[in-house]
Amino acid sequence: MSDIAERVKKIVVDHLGVEESKVTAEASFIDDLGADSLDTVELVMAFEEAFSVEIPEDAAEKISTVKDAIEYIEKQKAA
Amino acid sequence: MFQLDGKAALVTGASGGIGAAIARTLHGLGASVALSGTRREALETLAAELGSRAHVCPADLKDPAAPDALVAAAEAAAGPLHILVNNAGFTRDMLALRMKDEDWQAVLDVDLTAPFRLSRAALKGMLRRRAGRIIAIGSIVGATGNPGQANYAAAKAGLTGMTKALAQEVGSRGVTVNMVAPGFIETPMTDALSDAQKAKLSEAIPLGRMGKPEDVAAAVAYLASDEAGWVTGATLHVNGGMAML
Ligand SMILES: NC(=O)c1ccc[n+]([C@@H]2O[C@H](COP(=O)([O-])OP(=O)(O)OC[C@H]3O[C@@H](n4cnc5c(N)ncnc54)[C@H](OP(=O)(O)O)[C@@H]3O)[C@@H](O)[C@H]2O)c1
Repeated sequence: MSDIAERVKKIVVDHLGVEESKVTAEASFIDDLGADSLDTVELVMAFEEAFSVEIPEDAAEKISTVKDAIEYIEKQKAA
Repeated sequence: MFQLDGKAALVTGASGGIGAAIARTLHGLGASVALSGTRREALETLAAELGSRAHVCPADLKDPAAPDALVAAAEAAAGPLHILVNNAGFTRDMLALRMKDEDWQAVLDVDLTAPFRLSRAALKGMLRRRAGRIIAIGSIVGATGNPGQANYAAAKAGLTGMTKALAQEVGSRGVTVNMVAPGFIETPMTDALSDAQKAKLSEAIPLGRMGKPEDVAAAVAYLASDEAGWVTGATLHVNGGMAML
């Protein structure tokens, strides 16, 4: 697993207080991990800070699973 | 009741009449206070009077970058913010027919936009810590209107809407957002009125006198306390009964 994926998962575990095993790539923040809309905003802000990327509002709205977040950040970092 | 030991508060407009009273009251209940305003000297005088747990954090809220920097400075000086009191405000009164865009905008910028920016900045930490108190100082005229104050009344009414929206956004995290709306308060601003004018004003107030800055500060202290933990999105009118809203 990539370094980015590891770090994304750790942020999700820390922020939502869920078990690591539940944070699979397909896991949806809201449907599977118990996040509410404010959590998803806070997660996006935590990603922005941790990876020094800017995630615009329209992109943020599309990030609903762990995989979405990892892919978005990997793409930004590759660019 | 209402102890604030170990809690940090940022009070904007602490160089003014009402803000200084709010800062004194919160400090008296045990809070560490970050005192803000544009006049550094007035803030330093107040900090010297309060002694320990008082920090001077000057900022000009006309500057769009000032709110973020102010919250960072206040947290560096006083500790993670538990309480934000958006009290700074000013008026530029004139009838609407004479009011230029810049007169409108200047009041909106400081009285409404700056409190939004400060709230946004302070909320980051409050949400993480699952605790916080945001208190806006509105005005009776935000609810009743007042000729000559279209800009100011709009800004203060805007704060009411903002307070209610934020209260709903962050309630699940134990952060409350409320407003205190003063009526006529004795400050240097109202000192300019003649005794006859003051007497006439007092007649319109069921409690028969103008308010004191301490009357406003006590309401802020309540909303800042742990005891007010089930009150959010509310406006506490402190106006001697002049308008019963
Ligand atoms: N007095 C009343 O009867 C009354 C009634 C209803 C509501 N209020 C509200 O109560 C609040 C306090 O008013 P007050 O009576 O204490 O008035 P004040 O004595 O004139 O104090 C106003 C405070 O706001 C600060 N301020 C103004 N413009 C600022 C700017 N650009 N950047 C940073 N700080 C700024 C001032 O700081 P500097 O002086 O250092 O610039 C001062 O500390 C205001 O929001 C006001 O609208 C007052």
